[in-house]
Amino acid sequence: MNTSPCHSPDHINRRTLLLGAGAAGVSWLTPLADILAVEAATAPKGKPARSVILLWLGGAASQLDTFDPHPTTQIGGGVKTIPTALKGVEFAAGLEQTASVMQDVSLIRSMVSKEGDHERAFYNIKTGYRPDPTLIHPSIGAIACHELPNAKIEIPTHVSILPNQWPGRGGFFGPQFDAFQVYDPKGSIPDVKARVDDKRMDSRLESLSVVEQAFARGRAPDLDPNKTLHLVSMQKARQMMTSEQLTAFDVSKATAAERDAYGDTAFGRGCLAAVRLIQTGVRCVEVTLNGWDTHANNFEGQATQVKILDAAYASLIRDLKKLGLLDSTLVLCGGEFGRTPKINNVGGRDHWPTGFSMLVAGGGFAGGRVIGATDPEGVKKDPDKPVLVEDLHATVQDLLGIDYSREVMTPVGRPMALSKGEPVKELKV
Amino acid sequence: MSESAPPSSNWLAWLRNAVMVGALAVTAVWSVGEWFVPPVTAAKKDIGIRADDMVEMQRVAQAVNDDFTKGWTQHGMQPAPHADDLTLVRRLSLALTGTIPSLQEIRTLETVPGVDAVQWWLTQLFNDRRSSDYLAERFVRLYVGIENGPFLIYRRRRLVDWMSEALQKNRPYDQIVRELIDCEGVWTTNPAVNFISVTNQQKGGPDEKKLATKVSRAFLGVRIDCVECHDGKLDSPWKQTDFHQLAAYFGQMNFNINGLRDDPKQKYDYRYLGKMEKEVVPAKVPWKPELLPSKGSPRERLAAWVTAKENKAFARAIVNRMWAMLFNRPLVAPVDEIPLDGPFPAGLELLADDFIAHGCDLQRLVRIIAATQVFQQSSQSADPAHPATQAAESAWAVFPVTRLRPEQMAGSVIQASSLSTIDAETHVIFRLKRDADVNSFVKRYGDSGEDTFDDGAGTIPQRLLLMNGNMISNNIDNNPLINASTRIGILAPSNAAAVEAAYLSIFTRKPTEAEAEHFEGQLAAAKRSRNNAMSDLYWTLMNATEFSWNH
Repeated sequence: MNTSPCHSPDHINRRTLLLGAGAAGVSWLTPLADILAVEAATAPKGKPARSVILLWLGGAASQLDTFDPHPTTQIGGGVKTIPTALKGVEFAAGLEQTASVMQDVSLIRSMVSKEGDHERAFYNIKTGYRPDPTLIHPSIGAIACHELPNAKIEIPTHVSILPNQWPGRGGFFGPQFDAFQVYDPKGSIPDVKARVDDKRMDSRLESLSVVEQAFARGRAPDLDPNKTLHLVSMQKARQMMTSEQLTAFDVSKATAAERDAYGDTAFGRGCLAAVRLIQTGVRCVEVTLNGWDTHANNFEGQATQVKILDAAYASLIRDLKKLGLLDSTLVLCGGEFGRTPKINNVGGRDHWPTGFSMLVAGGGFAGGRVIGATDPEGVKKDPDKPVLVEDLHATVQDLLGIDYSREVMTPVGRPMALSKGEPVKELKV
Repeated sequence: MSESAPPSSNWLAWLRNAVMVGALAVTAVWSVGEWFVPPVTAAKKDIGIRADDMVEMQRVAQAVNDDFTKGWTQHGMQPAPHADDLTLVRRLSLALTGTIPSLQEIRTLETVPGVDAVQWWLTQLFNDRRSSDYLAERFVRLYVGIENGPFLIYRRRRLVDWMSEALQKNRPYDQIVRELIDCEGVWTTNPAVNFISVTNQQKGGPDEKKLATKVSRAFLGVRIDCVECHDGKLDSPWKQTDFHQLAAYFGQMNFNINGLRDDPKQKYDYRYLGKMEKEVVPAKVPWKPELLPSKGSPRERLAAWVTAKENKAFARAIVNRMWAMLFNRPLVAPVDEIPLDGPFPAGLELLADDFIAHGCDLQRLVRIIAATQVFQQSSQSADPAHPATQAAESAWAVFPVTRLRPEQMAGSVIQASSLSTIDAETHVIFRLKRDADVNSFVKRYGDSGEDTFDDGAGTIPQRLLLMNGNMISNNIDNNPLINASTRIGILAPSNAAAVEAAYLSIFTRKPTEAEAEHFEGQLAAAKRSRNNAMSDLYWTLMNATEFSWNH
C-alpha cells in the first residue's frame, strides 16, 4: 500500500519546519539538523550508530603520500609533512584541513589484506570477505540496510554517489539492497520526474493493472513479492518520485560558500549531498573519488587527489559535528589497498595490501587515536598492530548495534556470518 | 554574410554540420521510403535440414523429455501445457539475438502456417548475422570479461568479430576452443590471441593463473581456481597443486615483436602454502592424464586434452551454458561448477553425448534443446486453481520466469519501437544510434558483467529508467517518421488492429479479450489525442512485468 508522505502528519510537520527554518551557519543543511539535533540531544549516550558514510578512494591512495608519510627515508619520495591536531602525528602536505579535524578522527596505519588486485580488493574491503566464486557477499551498506530497516524513508537507503564500476552490492541479500547510483549531485537526479501529467500517469497505471492481471494468470500469487519484485520496485520508485526527500540529492540549493567549503568539486558536492542524505535517514552513502592508481607519476597524481579530498573530508566531519550527526554516523575513508614503499622506474608506486591507511570517525569510533605503524624504511612488510579487513567490518557492525557474528542462510544453502572478524577494541570509545 | 566572404575558418565545425545534415537527409529518405515498402514478404517453408537429421534430433529431444518425465512422475508433478508458437519464437529471439521479434518478422512467420515454428525460426536466426554477433559477445564476456585489458596488445572487438565469424560458419566448438588455448602470433591478425593477451601483466607476461581459471571454468565447468591458495576444504576433491599444475601449461608464453610465442626455456614457478621457497611446477592435468597427447607444446597438449571426446566435462560445460542461454537459467547452477562425477540433472548426459557424437555442433545442440518439451512448455499453469509454483520451476515442470538481461531489455525497447526488423540490412545511421542507445541504457540499467545467470529481481533504478528514462520517451513519443507507436496509430485500419499491432510488437502475442476491450476503449475515447493514447499504450506494455521478464 502506498503510504504517501503527503498524508503523513510527521511529514507535514517536517515540511513546515523545512519551510520556516533559518539560514545561519550551514544554511542548506540546517532545517533538518534542527530536528535531528533535538533527537540527538534526547538520545541516551552510547546509543549505537545508525548510518555509515564511506568515502572511497578508488584506485588506492598512497599511504606514504597522505596519512603515513616517512619524510626522511628513501621510500618517502621527498614528501613534505605538516603537523596535525594530534601531537607527534604528521600528514603529507596538502592535508592541512584534514589534519585540523583529527581530534575527532582516528587513523589506522596498519590495515592488512591479502588482495592486491583492484577488483578483488574492492570486494574484500567493502564486504569484509574475500571473493568467493560460489556467492556474492553484501557490502557494508547493504548489511546496514538489511539489518536496520527504516520504514519512514521514501528514497533508497543505500546510495552510491559517483560510483566506479564497483559500487556496494546487495550480494546474497538481493539486488534490492544494491546501492542506488547517482552521479554529480549538482542538479536533480535523473529519471525521477514523470514525463506526463498526473491524469495521464494515473490512466497508464490503471491500464497496467489490466495487463498485469493477464500475466498473473496461472502463475504463483507470490511471484512478484517473492521473486520478480517488479511491481514492488515500481511502487517504491513511484513513492520516491513524489517524495520531498529527493531534494537531499540536489546540492544546487546549497549556498556558494557551503559548496566552496567542500571544494566545489564533484566529490565535494557528493560529500555535501551525503550529509544531507544521512540527515534524511539514509543508512549508507558511498562517495567515490577515483584517480589514485598512480603506477606512474605518483607524486603529482596523489597531490591532485589530495587537494580534492582534503577540503571535502574536513568539511564533512565539521558539518556532521555541527549538525549533531557525527555521534550517530560512522565515517570511513580509504581505498582498496595502499601503495608500495618502493618507487618504480616511472616514478610510480604499485599495489601494497599490507600496511595501508584508513581514517575512521564518528558513531562510537574514538577520535584522536593512531593505530599501528609501518616500517619507515619499507623493508618490513607487516606493520605493527595489524588491523584485518574483517575486524574493521566487525567493528563497524558492532558500532551499528548489529550482531556481527549472526549467521544468515545464503541462497546456496550455506550459513554465513555477517562478519567473520572481531571488533577492534582500540578503535572504540 | 556577403557572397565574397571566405568560408568559415572553423572547417571542422563546418564538416561536422555537413555530415549531420547529410545523415539527417539520408535518415529522412530511408524512413519515408520504409513507409512505402511492404514490410512483409512471403517466406519459404523449407527449414533447411535433411529430414533424417531432423528425425534424429527429435529422437534425442524425446529421450531428454523421457528423462525429465521420470523426475516429474516421481515427485507427482504435472508439467505445464505447451506454449504457443509466438511465445517460443520470443524466447528464441531473446536468447540468440538479444531482442524480441519485430512485427515484420512475426508477420513473415504468419506466411508459413503449418511449419515447425521453432525449427523454422531457428533457421532464420542462424542465417541472421545478429545471432552470431550477439552470441559472440556473450561468449567473449565469458572468455575475457568486459574490461578493456592491456591497451597495446589487446583488441576485444577483434575477438568478438572472430567469434562471430566462427559461429556464423558453425565451426565445431572444439576447434574454436583449441584455437583459443593454443594460439600464436599477433593479436590483430590472429584475434584468438586476445584470449591470452587480455591477461598480460606489466611484468611477467600473460597471467598463467587467470588462464587456468578461465580454462577450467569456461571450457570444463569446474572451479579449480578455488584451490589457488590452499587445498580444497570440506568435500572438495581439489588440491592446491591441481590448480598450479594446470596453470603450468601456460608457463612458457611470452610476447615479443612477433606476438605470442612459447619459449621452452621458461618455467612456471610458485610458492605453495607452507613452503619457504618457490618451486618449478610441472604441467599436469587434474584428471584423465591418459587423454594427453604425448607430443606437442604444452598448450597444444592441453588444448587436445580439454577438447578430447573422452573428456566429457568439456561437453557438459557447453551444454549447460547453451541451456542457460536459452532458458536464462542453467541446468546446473552455478553454470561453471558441474561435479565431475555427477550426479547429473535430467538431460545433461544425453545432450552431452549427442554433442560429442555429432562433431561439437553448436547449432544442432540449440535445435535439440529447443525441441524439448521443457523448452516448449508454458510458464503458466493451465489450471488457475493450481498455479505454477517455484517448486515446479525448480523441477523444470514449467518454463522458468527469469529477468531479461540489460542488453536484452535495451534491444527489446528499440525493436518494439520499430515496425521493421533492425538488423544488418538496417541503415547504418540507425544501427549506430541503436548501439549508442543500448550502451547508454545498459550502463544505467546495470550491466551484468561477465556472462552470469543471476536469478535477480527488479530494482528501483530499473523501474525509474523504464518509467521516465530518455530512451523509453524517445521511442514512444509522437514521431511519425520513426516510432512504431505513432505509425501504428496512423496506419492501422481500426482500433482493434492498432492494439493488436502494439501487443505483437511489444509482447509478441495478441491481446486477451479484456485487454483488447480496455485499450480499444481508450483509443476510441482519445479521438484527437490518438497519438498520446498510442504512446500511453506503448508505455504501459513496456512497463509491465511481461516485457521485462523471459517467460
